[in-house]
Amino acid sequence: MLRCEQVWKRFGKLEVLQGIDLEVSRGEVFVIVGPSGSGKSTLLRCINHLEVIDKGRIYIDGELLGYREADGVLKEQDERSVARTRASIGIVFQQFNLFPHLSALGNIIEAPVQVKKVPKAEAVKTGKELLRKVGLGDKLDAYPSQLSGGQQQRVAIARALAMQPKLMLFDEPTSALDPELVGEVLDVMKNLAAEGMTMVVITHEMGFAREVADRVVFMDEGRIVESAPPEEFFQSPREQRTRVFLSKIL
Amino acid sequence: MVLAIGIRFDPSVVWEFLFNGVILRGARETIWIALIAQTVGILLGMVFAVMRVSRNPAARGASGFYVWFVRGTPVLLQLLLVSFGLRQMIDNEMFREVLTRWRAAVITFSVNEGAYMTEIVRAGIQSIPSGQMDAARSLGMTNLQAMRRVILPQALRVIIPPTGNEFIAMLKNTSIAFAIGVLELSSAARRIYADNFKVMELLVVAAIWYLAMTTVFSLLQAEAEAWASAGRERPKTLGSLLVRALVPGGRER
Repeated sequence: MLRCEQVWKRFGKLEVLQGIDLEVSRGEVFVIVGPSGSGKSTLLRCINHLEVIDKGRIYIDGELLGYREADGVLKEQDERSVARTRASIGIVFQQFNLFPHLSALGNIIEAPVQVKKVPKAEAVKTGKELLRKVGLGDKLDAYPSQLSGGQQQRVAIARALAMQPKLMLFDEPTSALDPELVGEVLDVMKNLAAEGMTMVVITHEMGFAREVADRVVFMDEGRIVESAPPEEFFQSPREQRTRVFLSKIL
Repeated sequence: MVLAIGIRFDPSVVWEFLFNGVILRGARETIWIALIAQTVGILLGMVFAVMRVSRNPAARGASGFYVWFVRGTPVLLQLLLVSFGLRQMIDNEMFREVLTRWRAAVITFSVNEGAYMTEIVRAGIQSIPSGQMDAARSLGMTNLQAMRRVILPQALRVIIPPTGNEFIAMLKNTSIAFAIGVLELSSAARRIYADNFKVMELLVVAAIWYLAMTTVFSLLQAEAEAWASAGRERPKTLGSLLVRALVPGGRER
């Protein structure tokens, strides 16, 4: 479903991603953990081409991301093709990034109508169902400023789901939330995983990782240090750096 | 207190000419020129602002040059360039007929306003947190779609106050068209006092009209600002209070 091959990314002089290799199969849930500055967010942003990688390749569902291969030469894709690929990848941000000038329902139907040209009535119907699914069926007309953080994030998840993505990325979805509100968002994510969505989640919620992840990946200083199923990762990590990190947060 | 000097000012003359035909025409022209120039200026501003923040260096450069040149020269000079200057340079009968003084004034004010609007719209666009663009693009929108549907609507809230400012300045700057003989409020006043020598009285008439126009548009600006705050607290404006008081059954928007 998602394959990263030797991905390198530099910002100015700083090598933020140093040779990342990652393979996520359909329906798998990968949780990425690591200290801040380790490149986790950058990796996610490279996966949906918000950032352009310097070296390496990323394949989404078998297709090379961001480039067309013609006669062995890589040519950059035009904006429209990239936008189309992005539409099939959903991302949920730490800061929610809801559109404040639109209601909850408005946020959710915006992309399907504008990008996929779905007729408005149909988009509204799907939108209402999605909002009900994340537990906000009564908040259709509420504006983001009228919603709590947990509610806003759930709208953000519904908004990403409205585009029927093949892959969902989560960049620390609960880090900006009050502790009491974290649970409701994690519940939505757990349901999504149970339904078979392919997910890559950056989080510090280790309970979530233990419960839901198929693999836990530890990143530090732009490299993947360790990658293992949760039982192995939390109980018997192989790398010293992993052990140090775990001791600090568990 | 009796002044040693006599004050030659006749308030009844002010009243006499306040609704004079020439004055009213002048006032109407002032509003008309200002509206057209401001509207075109806003459209130019939006186009050039998007160019200014674009990833295309040619677009950025062209927009930058436009802003630099137009902001760097006095509007009076630009007006003279467009009317008298072009008349000298382009030795074509039809061109001179088509480029009337009125059209030269509207073109100059439009292009001039466009440069200032470019900077205002650009500031508005850049005031929107980058996360909004990220979210829009992540949902599959192209840069242009994101601009139109997500960024510019939010940027309006930041853009409207300085734009209102610009329009009020524009109403007054139309008086510069005086220099090429276009009929607007100030030149209308002058035409009359050149005839009856009641200089002060006519200037007061013009001042009253300018004040009336700028005041009305200030109120409209407040309404526009309130409208742009959709989804947030709607502030109580004088306009909305008037609507509630005067319109039977009228409710706040």
